Amino acid sequence: MSTRMVGKPSLTLTRRYRFSSSHRLHSPALSLDENQSTYGRCNNPYGHGHNYVLEVSVSGPVDPNTGRVAALEDLDNLVRASVLAVYDGKDMNADIDSFLGGVVPTTENVAQDIRQRLSTHWIADERNWAHTAVPPSLAGVRIYETRKNIFDI
Amino acid sequence: MIIDLKELKEIVNQEVIDPMDHRFLNVEVPPFDRIIPTTENLAIEIWQRLQPRLQFSHGRLHKVRVYETDDLFVDYWGEHETASSNEVLS
Repeated sequence: MSTRMVGKPSLTLTRRYRFSSSHRLHSPALSLDENQSTYGRCNNPYGHGHNYVLEVSVSGPVDPNTGRVAALEDLDNLVRASVLAVYDGKDMNADIDSFLGGVVPTTENVAQDIRQRLSTHWIADERNWAHTAVPPSLAGVRIYETRKNIFDI
Repeated sequence: MIIDLKELKEIVNQEVIDPMDHRFLNVEVPPFDRIIPTTENLAIEIWQRLQPRLQFSHGRLHKVRVYETDDLFVDYWGEHETASSNEVLS
């Protein structure tokens, strides 16, 4: 006896991107000592850098004509324009508006900011998915700050 | 353990590696003579080959991940079960 499953196929395509940025973890809500004890070496006044790895997962129907869930060209262009152009080679604390107002660029906050940027750009212009039959959904974002520190949102 | 890893390896070899390794998918490995061998379709096909062989009283195939490159992969975990559309076949 077997159970036949009928329903929506569960499939995601994940693409990996890389960018390098610097940041300093320092909260205006904390004293100098508290910042030092909270963030340790990451509170260094001159900041420090990471080679971040970003994984963007998309889901949706597999187009029978192309066999793909999304045109990689469309996804790459969207991620480049909405995230990599903003983050790569930048000092987060000084160059990225999301972190100018006291939001600390921890990777938790970076993950939220990146997801927000992707969501905003996703459907901002129908030409974003010009080569994809049905625009996919944003299924997930994972960011590696280092090989040891990994955040999913 | 959930499954003897030796047994898992044998099943994967029989269903996936032996028929696909070193093969020209578009010509030699059905259904890719009529379906485009994208990584999406490869993941679905591999799931369909493995899923019937990996059903036990205490476990089952959970997910298939196929890496096309280090920077591109597809996860597939079958179809969502929905209570209204489940059919029990004997």
